[in-house]
Formats: sequence, C-alpha cells, structure tokens
Amino acid sequence: MKPSEDKLLTIVAESALERSLVAELDRLGVGGYTIIDARGRGSRGRRSSGWEHTGNIRVEILCNGETAVRILQLLSEQYARDFAMTAWLQDVMRG
Amino acid sequence: MTQVDPIIAFFLLGALAGLLRADLRLPQAIYEFLSTLLLLSIGLKGGVELARQPVSGLVPELAAVIALGVVLAGVAFWILRSFGRLARPDAASIAAHYGSVSVGTFAVAVAFLLHANVPYEPKLALFLVVLEVPALLVGILLARGRQSASAWGPVLREVLLGRSVLLLLGGLAIGGFAGAEGMSGLAPLFVDLFKGILALFLLEMGLIASEHFGGLRRHGLFLVGFALVVPVAFGLVGASLGLALGLSPGGTTLLATLAGSASYIAAPAAMRTAVPEANPALSLTASLAITFPFNLIAGIPLYHAISIRLHAWWNVPVTG
Repeated sequence: MKPSEDKLLTIVAESALERSLVAELDRLGVGGYTIIDARGRGSRGRRSSGWEHTGNIRVEILCNGETAVRILQLLSEQYARDFAMTAWLQDVMRG
Repeated sequence: MTQVDPIIAFFLLGALAGLLRADLRLPQAIYEFLSTLLLLSIGLKGGVELARQPVSGLVPELAAVIALGVVLAGVAFWILRSFGRLARPDAASIAAHYGSVSVGTFAVAVAFLLHANVPYEPKLALFLVVLEVPALLVGILLARGRQSASAWGPVLREVLLGRSVLLLLGGLAIGGFAGAEGMSGLAPLFVDLFKGILALFLLEMGLIASEHFGGLRRHGLFLVGFALVVPVAFGLVGASLGLALGLSPGGTTLLATLAGSASYIAAPAAMRTAVPEANPALSLTASLAITFPFNLIAGIPLYHAISIRLHAWWNVPVTG
C-alpha cells in the first residue's frame, strides 16, 4: 500500500441533484464516480430513501486534487445555498 | 350516502404506522413501481375509451382545461402573495402544485365513482394529462419574474418528460392504438388489479404523508387554511367548468377533483429543478400532508355532492 496522488471526494446531496451533478462531473472531465441511494439526518432535516423527492444520494469520486477542489468550488457556488448537501475530501492509499 | 371505500383505510393505516414510527417501510422502488402501474392503468383505460369516439371535437375542451390550469395557478399565487405574504419563489412553487393535479387523488375519485356505480367520460384521463403541465410552466414564469430566461432546456425537459406526463401519454397512445381487443391480454394487470394497486399505493402515500405532518406546526395556520380552503374553492370552479362543458355528473366530479387536487409527483420534481430557491417543505406539507388526505376523506364526496347539485339546479326545466 502506498499513498496515491488521487483524492476521494464524497458528496451527500438531495437525489433531485443527481442529473445536474452528473452533467457537471462529465463537463469537468471526471473519469468515474459511484452513486448510492442514501438516507439520514442533517441540518436540513431527515432525508428518507423511501420517496424520490426526499431521498439522498452519496456520490464518491476518485480524482486528482485539483479536479476535486474545482468540484467543491462549483458545489458551494451553485448548489449549496438552495440544496441540502455536504461534501468532504480524503487522502487515499492504493495497493 | 355512499359507503366509504375501504381503500381510504389503507391510507389511514400507512399514516398511522408512520406516526407511531412502526416497523413499516416500503422501498423507493416499490413506490415507483406502484405509481408507474397507476399512471399506465389510467392512461390505457382512457386511451381505449377515447379510441371509440371522434377526437376532433375535443380541441376547444382541451383549450378550456389548459386555461383552467393557468388561471388556478395564477389565483393561488395571488392568494399566497397577498394574504400569506410568502416569498416569491415559495408562492410560485406552491401555486404550481395547486394549479397542477394529483394522479393519486384522481385515481381515488375514479374508484369512488366505480364504487358508487356512477359513469364518467373517458376523456377525463386526457384532461388529467393536459392539466398537469400548464401550471408548472406558470409557476416557473412567476418565480423567475422578469429575470432572464436562462437555461429553459433542462426545465422544459423536467416538465414535459417527467415520469407522470410520459406514462400517462404513453398509456393513452398504447390504449388508443391497441383498442379494447388488443388490451384484453393486459387487462388482468392494468384493469382488474387497479384497486389493489391503488390500495398499496395509498398505504405508501400514508407513510410518506406522515413524515410531513411535522411541517404543519412549523409552517403556521395560513398554510393549513390555504391547503383546506383553496381545494374546495378550486373544486367549485372545476365543477362549474364541467357543467359548462356539458360533462355528466360523474365527469363533473372528476374535473372538480382535478381542479381541487394538488400535485405531488410532477410538481415537486419540476419545481426543485426550476425554482431551487423555493423551500420544498412548504409545498410538500401543504399538498401532501393536508390537501391530499383532505381530498381523499372529505373532498371527493364533497365534489360529487356539488356536481349532483349543480346538475340538478341546471337541468330544472324553466317554466312560464
């Protein structure tokens, strides 16, 4: 195992955002991502996975640090005000 | 007095289970499957019936129904802005919900009429599709005000290619194309099981609605009053239009139900994309936690009673 140059960016957001998020990721040239339906509770109340309008998604993206920061900037500029979301960035190890 | 349809009890069961935090949760895929079946059932049935008669005379009626959607959304917006003092995006989003229609409520009204053996015109399924969209566009225009009309592409896509419009129109087309004979093989699923599917759908809607009951306390009396009074007023407008269009008492009941119902499938998705600054909790609390249960329990029988009265009054022979 050695430290990788890539970072892991995790976004938890309203599922209503999925289509536009995916379009933004494609536009930024992100090579791949994983999307999982999610539920939980946060500052904008309980998010349930039982119904499309109150569901959450969890998006995981492995990409270089520069791209990750651009995605985070885009999220905070365009989406964070109106949509329930949170995101974090982590270092990764690869075998 | 017509006996209460047992399907309403499924909604109450779901709501009760949700309120008691009981161990009952249906996966999202089940909800989507049930609503898909309902939308297709309504579309197919309407399509088969519509194919039996000339469609050419429908154009003026459809124009009147579109105008109804636009006017209802506009009036709702005016009430929310003038009396509720709501922010522009919130008022526009709620107005779009109330100008648009609820497929679930329509399905329950159809079941109500079947239960009471009251016939209705098949074109009401077409009215359902036609009423769904205009209010959403009005809501988006009202929210944006004089702002530049940037990025209408994704918005129109969401409104016109939303699941409910697509499945209803698709069902109408397939039903019309196949006709009664072609449909006979599909009838066991889409016709015979209609009430069973609706009962399960209502169980799920009860669970979902119960999650939004908490919003009642947060959003105040105005919203509660709005969500109870506006459906009745709009239902009366819908019933009057039904009478003017020469619909039967059953058809008039359904048009009143459409006018008095608030969307919770198409509108939330469209408004979240097109008017993200509107608070979705306000419109969902009003349409789902108040108006939908009200219409199921009291609204539909009321609209039916209003329709019968209007018809009786209208058809009284003029003497002297």
